[in-house]
Amino acid sequence: MAKRIVIDPVTRIEGHLRVEVEIRDGHIIDAYSSGTMVRGIEKILKGRDPRDAWAFTERVCGVCTTVHALASVRSVEDALGIVVPPNAEMIRNLMFCTQYMHDHVVHFYHLHALDWVDVVSALKADPAETSRIAMSISHWPKSSTGYFSDLQKRLTRFVESGQLGIFQNGYWGHKAYKLPPEVNLLAVAHYLEALEWQKEIVKVHTILGGKNPHPNYLVGGVPCAINIDEENALNSERLAKIGTLLKEAQTFVEQVYIPDLLAVASFYKNEWGAIGGGLENYLAYGDLPLNGIRDATMFKFPRGIIMNRNLSEVLEVDATSADEIQEFIAHSWYEYPDGNEAGKHPWEGETMFNYTGPEPPYEQLNVEGKYSWLKTPRWKGNPMEVGPLARMLVGFASGKDEFREVVTFALKKLDVPVEALFSTLGRTAARGLETKLIAGWAQEFYDQLLNNIRTGDHRTFNHEKWDPRLWPDEAKGVGLSEAPRGALAHWIRIKDSLIDNYQMVVPSTWNASPRDPKGQRSAYEASLLGTPVDDPEKPLEILRTIHSFDPCIACAVHLYDEKGTYVHQIQVF
Amino acid sequence: MYEEIIEKGYSRRDFLRFCGMMGAFLGLEYSGVGQIVKAMETKTRIPVIWLHFQECTCCSESFIRSSHPIVADILLDKVSLDYTETLMAAAGYQAEENLHNTMEKYKGEYLLMVEGSIPVKNKAYCCIGGRTAYDILKEAVEGAKGIIAWGNCAVSGCVQGASPNPTGATPVHKLVRGKPIINVQGCPPIAEVMAGVVVYLLTFDRFPELDGLGRPKAFFSRRVHDTCYRRPNFDAGLFVETFDDENARKGYCLYKMGCRGPVTYNSCGVIRWNNGTSFPIQSGHPCIGCSEANFWDNGPFYKHLASFPGFGIETTADDIGLAVGAVTVAGIAAHAIATNIRKRKMIREGIIHPEEDND
Repeated sequence: MAKRIVIDPVTRIEGHLRVEVEIRDGHIIDAYSSGTMVRGIEKILKGRDPRDAWAFTERVCGVCTTVHALASVRSVEDALGIVVPPNAEMIRNLMFCTQYMHDHVVHFYHLHALDWVDVVSALKADPAETSRIAMSISHWPKSSTGYFSDLQKRLTRFVESGQLGIFQNGYWGHKAYKLPPEVNLLAVAHYLEALEWQKEIVKVHTILGGKNPHPNYLVGGVPCAINIDEENALNSERLAKIGTLLKEAQTFVEQVYIPDLLAVASFYKNEWGAIGGGLENYLAYGDLPLNGIRDATMFKFPRGIIMNRNLSEVLEVDATSADEIQEFIAHSWYEYPDGNEAGKHPWEGETMFNYTGPEPPYEQLNVEGKYSWLKTPRWKGNPMEVGPLARMLVGFASGKDEFREVVTFALKKLDVPVEALFSTLGRTAARGLETKLIAGWAQEFYDQLLNNIRTGDHRTFNHEKWDPRLWPDEAKGVGLSEAPRGALAHWIRIKDSLIDNYQMVVPSTWNASPRDPKGQRSAYEASLLGTPVDDPEKPLEILRTIHSFDPCIACAVHLYDEKGTYVHQIQVF
Repeated sequence: MYEEIIEKGYSRRDFLRFCGMMGAFLGLEYSGVGQIVKAMETKTRIPVIWLHFQECTCCSESFIRSSHPIVADILLDKVSLDYTETLMAAAGYQAEENLHNTMEKYKGEYLLMVEGSIPVKNKAYCCIGGRTAYDILKEAVEGAKGIIAWGNCAVSGCVQGASPNPTGATPVHKLVRGKPIINVQGCPPIAEVMAGVVVYLLTFDRFPELDGLGRPKAFFSRRVHDTCYRRPNFDAGLFVETFDDENARKGYCLYKMGCRGPVTYNSCGVIRWNNGTSFPIQSGHPCIGCSEANFWDNGPFYKHLASFPGFGIETTADDIGLAVGAVTVAGIAAHAIATNIRKRKMIREGIIHPEEDND
């Protein structure tokens, strides 16, 4: 007999996501992923000034803040044929790297770690042993017995207060937790250190974009002017501060994040290096241009597609082709004038709400019909996984040395075969490894920026097409990027200087979408198949795989038998 | 806690049994229970429920950027954040159980924080745990001591509330009556402002003084224009004419690039962002007015204010500021009257005590 579990809300993510799964003999046999909130930002953009779109779309997400702003300005620049100056490109790259370092570290420690780390177990740790372990894996200075002992006392006082706050009602003591108390204590210490560190690295955004979250962008370049002889501009003091912040971030990534990731992975590798692989197709648009956005051969993150996990071939992707990327709504709460089965390229895309789900409060969604606010994107009809794993695989398969080095380093360190990459743990590891690469690249971009300034190039903005009177009557463009969670693209149509149509296909749309008209699952649903669930009332294993994608949405879980009859109520209301 | 239980006629033995159950609930060994007894006999941290509706989580992200105090200290020492979808360990059933337990156990005592707007055109536009945002809010408001509406979504509907507002995104204060609400504006609000509001409540044990729009006066009583370090350029008529021109490189005033500083109340110019590092104008971009209601529909952003309908071409930023100021003053008067009427009713019904109300 199969049971259905619903997790809603799925927490430690961005947004509102619900997951329903069917379980038989302790394993997941089917899964449904649903986005349960809609705002209609694409509808709001119609008729507005294209130069304002970045600010609207940036508010799609405050966790991966900046990525939509970047894709948006690129889409307008693509439509109008604007080339940004080299300094603007480097500054955008620095903001991109800052975003990744912040986002990935926060994901690892604050959104994902509690799936692997048992906080309550840390109370039983021997601080001297924690100190020994810490010093054996890293040179990070905060590693003394006294440091961990003080932290443990603070944690003990906190737990004994009886008010566990954000740690209340976690799955503490679940037998799927494998770390010894000493490693749990180490991870809790770094949970708190990372929480303090993350507020520092974002200051790069504050200097270059004025604030974080939601720094400012600009069509045609970046808003901050460079003048090394002026206190009201990007001068030597401001640049030096960025340099210091980037160095400190790299130290944190290399001395805390990566050693912790490998240490935690070593306790879970055999099981979770073989669970949660899901789809076998991967898509990356690539990013971090060195020679302008039109020259994808010079991207740090290469562009490409891998089919059937064949790492000996990287296929090309053309986001402007109507036959390649299409969005479907067969199981989404929208309608298309040309029918429920149709696929639409985003330039022709439509956003017409059509809620046909159950009247709330509801216990389960009708998964045979429409069941999500996410549309379902496909590449030539195929479901694709996007995100850190896709980027790492495309980089690896493209033969880029840096990717091969970092992947080989991790596989060797953990003593696992290359197949272990196609898993829940592989996804989590890929995120850490690309952060290591990015921390290094940020130094290169910083040096490149200083070099440009040294040679007398102070330009940060191309004003040639700023005035809408110089625009054609009609134009269309696409802005491609890699958000921390995966391939991101904005498609814009401009008519009479205003937005005529605007469509975004975001990473979590690729990964978390419902089935397509052919019944093919997207990444979340596919990756949950076969996952063991030890205790259906405490589905820790589901959270591990869903969190390995770093969802940008919000969710739910209930129990039903094979015929869909309700067998166990786990909703309290 | 202990006194409360004894007052209700339970014995110390009952109390100890309760602590034992709590220990089991938290997965503690028996030796830990003694300390729970001790803690329960002492003061509790104020319980907080943080709800997420139509939002982008930028308010939560901003909150964790706080430098003084740092967020770890707020979470471990100052409040008990019992429900927040962004950070809580629990998920699904266990998450909802936390919400339910805090609403039951701390009825009338917990602080309700709301991030996001509530769709009313079709309430199914935002559901959590199969329930609508609207129903969840209504239920959580019942037992709340007070409400903090975080950010432009919860205060004014923000981006999803921009024309044509496809989902009917509605701010908290339009759906809630009879509870004190603090509107902390911004997209998002400045981290230190968010922490500052929480610290105010805990340190002074009362609500901060609010303006006519329910915003804390400590952070929203001055226009960005009046506290802007580039103001002398405005007064001297020195303006950036286009981005990255010679004037931009000298840090002149961004008014002609569309700066909303003259019509925006926020402390960006004073506190600045991310522990005083910078703020939008300092980094070369005009203020887009993100702490004002309907700022999305007062665009386009790069069109400067004087050419707006309603303001003559000769109008200066100060005149515009005065006009907006007059609206705010009228709002303050109207709010004061409404508040007093509401207050009388709340006092009569015993919802608040006259001496603790500082609304």
